[in-house]
Amino acid sequence: METAYFIETIIKIVVILLVFSALAGFGTYFERKILAFMQRRLGPMNVGPFGVLQIAADGIKLFTKEDIVPTNAVGPIFKIAPVITAATAFMAAAAIPFMPQFTIFGYTVHPIVADVNIGILYILGVMAVGFYGPLLGSLASSNKFALLSAARAAAVFISYEVVTGLALLAPLMMVGSFSLIDFNNYQAGGVGDWIIWSQPVAFVLFWIAAFAETGRTPFHLVANDHEIIDGFGTEYSGMRWGLFFIGEYANMFFISFVIVLLFLGGFGDGSVFGALMFLLKMAFFFFFFLWTRAAWPDIRPDQLMWLCWKILMPLAVLNVVVTGFVMMF
Amino acid sequence: MMSLEQFENRNVSESGYYKVDIESYPETGWEKAKQVFSRAIRGELFVGLWVVMREMIKFDIHTVQYPKEKLPVGPRYRAVHEMQRLWESGTERCIGCGLCEKICISDCIRMDTKIDENNRKVVSEYTINLGRCIFCGYCAEVCPELAIVHGGRYENTSEQRAHYTEYDDMLTPFDMALKGEVPEYPGFGAVTPHEDERVKSTPLAY
Repeated sequence: METAYFIETIIKIVVILLVFSALAGFGTYFERKILAFMQRRLGPMNVGPFGVLQIAADGIKLFTKEDIVPTNAVGPIFKIAPVITAATAFMAAAAIPFMPQFTIFGYTVHPIVADVNIGILYILGVMAVGFYGPLLGSLASSNKFALLSAARAAAVFISYEVVTGLALLAPLMMVGSFSLIDFNNYQAGGVGDWIIWSQPVAFVLFWIAAFAETGRTPFHLVANDHEIIDGFGTEYSGMRWGLFFIGEYANMFFISFVIVLLFLGGFGDGSVFGALMFLLKMAFFFFFFLWTRAAWPDIRPDQLMWLCWKILMPLAVLNVVVTGFVMMF
Repeated sequence: MMSLEQFENRNVSESGYYKVDIESYPETGWEKAKQVFSRAIRGELFVGLWVVMREMIKFDIHTVQYPKEKLPVGPRYRAVHEMQRLWESGTERCIGCGLCEKICISDCIRMDTKIDENNRKVVSEYTINLGRCIFCGYCAEVCPELAIVHGGRYENTSEQRAHYTEYDDMLTPFDMALKGEVPEYPGFGAVTPHEDERVKSTPLAY
């Protein structure tokens, strides 16, 4: 039994790693295409049919590019920083159930690497550690734009983490468990049982915070191209920069899974239809990340902090208090 | 007819400039709160989302896939020169007068002429140094025979600059001229339409 469990876990880890590395690549393709269509362009068209093989071309380019470490950079930290981003993004996936459990050759598979009883805390914690990637990378690369990016990263990080935590408190109080599988089972009854109906404020707050968490467009200020070049990525080249990219896109996928699991019923009762709906809902949230990038402007760091501390945090606290009173009486 | 008046008026402040109406900034805390509230309720973010989604659904793509598709170039565009031939006979139009060589303000045209066996003056060597050429169009303007004209070929890539200036490349192919496939040249250097009406008799007597 121990050996079987060990082998199963290894296989699950490898599958998740491979699938989401590939998905991160396809994510860049979808992003380019959807942004292009929204801006009346065609996007990548020349490599392969409809530019599908652009991912392969990008991969070859990233892997074969010279890996440059600037003279005054702090070498070891500079080199390890992108690995932190990518690794923590994938580590966070350990507590996410990607599918309902299914039986294959008489063996029941739970498509979750580790159903720990502090699942959400673990995910939020590991994703938060992911912010050390940009932070350390930019501090170590001895570049003024990277330094600005580090300052912004620290400010953004503190601001949105408070909102994420407080927004999640209310649903956690209702479900009474940190496990995402328990969350899913709590909403398994159907659309009417989804937590979004009882906790709409928490849903919106967590969604907004997810944009800051992944550093997507309204809150893209850590690597704002038109202000600070590529922020933490300014001095990076080749696959080290690519690791930042993979981390960012993997994070987008995982946070989309988490939003659906927390508020929108996850995979429901565990049927095939539920699993399909789960993927569809996840795809909508991923699409929304791209959609907002085409539509919305970026905001300034002070505006983000203003939003997080003065609007979202009081709202989140109010939400927790109201939820508490409702549950008490 | 478009008049030149609007171009002659250099006073820009009179022509349609106006000050943007900016609301006064909120001062008290209550006014700031009201501003935040009104901006949050107005839903401008969703207007933005709708606009890009509408464009995606309409799928009105404006991309020109350049090597496969090309935008049309204006007929009087001044790109790399062409040497024309006469219709039907296919004889080269150039009579070797050397006017283009003389008028060229960047001194990039160089020609040698000789008298051939028919006692006709022909060009033995003709080069245009396109590295110097500024494509002003004087050569095409001055040519009495409509021999040198500006074509529409604007894509030039080569390892050597000399490759652009081969006389044979500029020359219209002989067989095309014989078959009458050379269209009436509408581009730069061609006679403008209705030229006959504008011609005035030369006053001979002083």
